[in-house]
Amino acid sequence: MTSLPLRDAIWTGRSRHAGILAILSVLAAVAIIASLGVGASAISPGTVLRTLLHAADASPRDAAIVLHLRLPRTLLGFGLGAALAVSGAMMQGLFRNPLADPGLIGVSAGGAMAAVAVIVLGVPALLAGTVGPFALPLAAFAGSLCTTLAIQRIASDDGRTDVSTLLLAGIAINAIAGAVTGFLIFGSDDRQLRDITFWSMGSLGGATWTTVLGLAPFAVGAVVAAGRWAGVLDALLLGEREAGLLGFDVEPAKRRIVIATAAAVGAGVAAAGVIGFVGLVVPHLVRLMAGAGHRLLLPASALLGGTLMLCADMLARTVVIPAELPIGLVTALLGGPFFLWLLIRQRRSFPP
Amino acid sequence: MMKPVILLATLLLLVSQVSAQTSPQTTGRIVSVGGAVTEIVNELGLGDRLVAVDSTSLHPLEMRALPQVGYMRALSAEGVAALHPDLVLLSDNAGPPATIEQMRGLGIPLKLIPDRPTPEGVADKIRAVGAALGRQGEAETMARETTDRLAAVSRVVEKAAGRPRVLFLMGLGRGAPVAAGRNTAADAMIRLAGGINAIDGYDGYKPASGEAILDAAPDVLLLPTEAVDAAGGRDAVLALPQFAGTPAALSGRLVVMDTLYLLGFGPRLPDAVADLALALHPELAQDLANDAAPKPGGRS
Repeated sequence: MTSLPLRDAIWTGRSRHAGILAILSVLAAVAIIASLGVGASAISPGTVLRTLLHAADASPRDAAIVLHLRLPRTLLGFGLGAALAVSGAMMQGLFRNPLADPGLIGVSAGGAMAAVAVIVLGVPALLAGTVGPFALPLAAFAGSLCTTLAIQRIASDDGRTDVSTLLLAGIAINAIAGAVTGFLIFGSDDRQLRDITFWSMGSLGGATWTTVLGLAPFAVGAVVAAGRWAGVLDALLLGEREAGLLGFDVEPAKRRIVIATAAAVGAGVAAAGVIGFVGLVVPHLVRLMAGAGHRLLLPASALLGGTLMLCADMLARTVVIPAELPIGLVTALLGGPFFLWLLIRQRRSFPP
Repeated sequence: MMKPVILLATLLLLVSQVSAQTSPQTTGRIVSVGGAVTEIVNELGLGDRLVAVDSTSLHPLEMRALPQVGYMRALSAEGVAALHPDLVLLSDNAGPPATIEQMRGLGIPLKLIPDRPTPEGVADKIRAVGAALGRQGEAETMARETTDRLAAVSRVVEKAAGRPRVLFLMGLGRGAPVAAGRNTAADAMIRLAGGINAIDGYDGYKPASGEAILDAAPDVLLLPTEAVDAAGGRDAVLALPQFAGTPAALSGRLVVMDTLYLLGFGPRLPDAVADLALALHPELAQDLANDAAPKPGGRS
């Protein structure tokens, strides 16, 4: 990895940045269109297009499938992939650790703990009337945020967040959340156990316009805000003191990055369960292609994250028609070997 | 840079190839979700109208050759829609709820079937499936027959001299075997067949330690067929150290039954209860054969 910033420095130019972003945007557009055209029901591309442009012309069934199943699902998948990848890139920059991913600050474990609690313990009758079907996503979101805030609080002293304490506290809180989840699972019945299993492998299958609207502010917020932190994340690659000496206000940036990540990934966990690997792998793929500078890394990760998530989802819902695979399986099964291949290729072309 | 792009393009191409899978519209296409629901559809003689089932629908054997809509708690709305069903029978255990809402939104005709693991639940299931399929008459007969046969079996079981302690284990995998506690389908079956569940310390299916198993002192071990096969047969199971010293191992009393047959609470329930009762109370063989056998010409 050490040779990359150097290469980046030599090659960096606005035109190169623009070129890479243009290619990724085209890929993203292709993935979005493909995702609208692919599914268990055979609907011709022409029909899909006509339905999107003028829904009244299409048969009600085609319109319902395209507008109420595929479109929200596609938007949810793209937004979620973008949010996970950007969050992963920010975490890796913040922790200066290539193995960092949003899970490290307790987002996934906290969300999972709360979601499992809702599945096993149910919703108190008093609340059931008001929150109803949103109990699980709301709980997952709250669980994600609370866990991360707790970790952040533990690692902060006098307004200064110590990154290594953040990491260690994250590991400890993750273990505790995992144990509580395990305890709840122990108390679950057969049916709840299976719900938990499927939920924890992730799925975009429950996508509705409501879930899309629930995720959108957090995903868009994280991606937009990430752009503002590119400079400070670049400086952090040198070290925290060095970033401070370069004139960056490091402390508030660190805090906000953690909170933005928790909100975006928490909303993602709420919408689709736990989908691993995207947050870890996508930033690495971008670095291998385009170098480690965050000005390019963050937007490129968002585009590639969304694109790959849609590709994984297209496979997930077509390989076992009329059933569908949990998307977490596909992201790990495709992402893992692809990532290994890139790593090996990288080591051959840049021997250590 | 180029290679990933090519790879991605290939991937997209592959995906678009897979999506062209649908069938022409015909009348009476049924999708059935839930093992017991599927059995009832078949018992009502409408098995040939099924176009897809879920992964818990394993009986009768032909069902395993039908397209699968996946596990009943992880259904896909578009997948089901693509089958152009005229009716989807859903066990009310099916899910996830968001997918069922989506199916409603698509205008797919759904019928929720109450699915409780109790004898009354079986009759309710049969009536509900019959009503959904417009076969109320046959369903009513089948429900009555099932209830009557169950009553006949329990009358015979009541004559049993004792109540053996029965331990039901889900499997014998690595670590502690998972045993059925209270409020499980296995617990209900053991009671119906005139036994006592040897585990009464907890609800649901949980791992039981070797000591807990010894402490439970089961007279009979009850295991699914797959578990016994995987462990290497009856003798191998009875010789396992975690059962050593239990009355069941000492007297060699191991009952092996198919999981869906034993725990499915479908139309085969009276047969399953009678089979288990016969295994628990061999002395009742004559009575069970005389009073609780299926009526000639009835269902097998």
